[in-house]
Amino acid sequence: MQKVYPDARAALAGLLKDGMLIMAGGFGLCGIPEQLILAIRDAGVKNLTVISNNCGIDGVGLGLLLDTKQIKKMISSYVGENKTFAQQYLAGELEIEFNPQGTLAERIRAGGAGIPAFFTRTGAGTQIAEGKEQRKIDGALYVMERGLVADLSIVHAWMGDTEGNLVYRKTARNFNPMMATAGKVTVAEIEHLVQPGDINPDHIITPGVYVKRLVHVPNAVKHIEQRTVRKRTAAPAGTGEEV
Amino acid sequence: MGWTRDQMAERAAKELRDGFYVNLGIGIPTLVSNYIPAGMSVQLQSENGMLGFGPFPYEGEEDPDLINAGKQTVTEIPTTSYFSSADSFAMIRGGHIDLSILGAMQVAENGDLANWMIPGKMVNGMGGAMDLVAGVKKVVVVMEHSAKNEPKLLKCCTLPLTGAGVVDMVITDLGVFTIDKKGGGGMTLIELAPGATLDEIRNKTEASYRTSNAL
Repeated sequence: MQKVYPDARAALAGLLKDGMLIMAGGFGLCGIPEQLILAIRDAGVKNLTVISNNCGIDGVGLGLLLDTKQIKKMISSYVGENKTFAQQYLAGELEIEFNPQGTLAERIRAGGAGIPAFFTRTGAGTQIAEGKEQRKIDGALYVMERGLVADLSIVHAWMGDTEGNLVYRKTARNFNPMMATAGKVTVAEIEHLVQPGDINPDHIITPGVYVKRLVHVPNAVKHIEQRTVRKRTAAPAGTGEEV
Repeated sequence: MGWTRDQMAERAAKELRDGFYVNLGIGIPTLVSNYIPAGMSVQLQSENGMLGFGPFPYEGEEDPDLINAGKQTVTEIPTTSYFSSADSFAMIRGGHIDLSILGAMQVAENGDLANWMIPGKMVNGMGGAMDLVAGVKKVVVVMEHSAKNEPKLLKCCTLPLTGAGVVDMVITDLGVFTIDKKGGGGMTLIELAPGATLDEIRNKTEASYRTSNAL
């Protein structure tokens, strides 16, 4: 079985349809499957519900799908720093379902693990719990949250082999591993494509069973949302060390 | 008079203990990392999937794959570990993080906290705040005592809650309060900022509270 596709468009061919539910990995602009998002934009499918921690920023990442009004609803924990989002939301063109970030992560993990619901302290006694079952367990109040499964998951990984075994890099891991497990079909874009055996099996984060299709994106352009740096101070003479 | 933003952060740093794992929110809480006492081991957790992070990178060494929960570029240190968002919040919701320091719009005398939405305004979302206040062992709020002369320490929060009965301590520019959120013992004023008076705090606080005998 051939999992590697020549480009993002080919990797998504036959998988996209109007009104579908898509999970997209990433935190802010870190670890987003940008080439796959571009291919979804170019395919023009509409009325999408997208599960992603954020919705990109204006003109970048999932923000691209706002520009083309392909998204009907977002399930996210935070959507700031995005004027297009605010405009479409306030105009009633876009729905948002806010989930606490940990609840969102756990709903996706649960969905991928075949767990239909779970109880959590998060949000008990708040607006988030309205309309949901709340239950006292060992004296504390918990909210029942449902597992999430998507029609399609798109994820970004640092390295992958042709079997679909994936490794992530630093904080670009974030939501990608859970989403890889929770899509009926998961497509991964990877920066480095290697052969089976090249990755130490102990280091694999996402086993290939979860990944149906792969696309190699060797020169991924990565974005920094908040570039924060410190100045290099000249070391005092004689210390031989930077302070 | 009272404490500046930096002095509020310095006061919050007194809640750190050797060996603590700590999550700091955006704003004044971030400044707390400047006041970790020398020789004390404190690991900072960033809920996007990193435990143990260092200062901002030197110019030219920014890595787009290495950011904190405020989406700012940061650096790795020898104790750093990376993990998924699900593992990160298992750490938070499972009670493995010792201390969360965060900002607030309102805090009620029973420990209720509101810091994520104002009805009628564009809402950005709660991010990880609801998970942090529900799961972390000790929750410390750092905030201005009042906003445009409106009290922020209230009998009941008027804004939608981030968590019900979750706050252990409030540090404002005027002083420090503890809240007995589990025992139902209410709120107690335990410290005054330099220049602040008991009368000033009384006038700017809607919540009922006891004043520690030490004051």
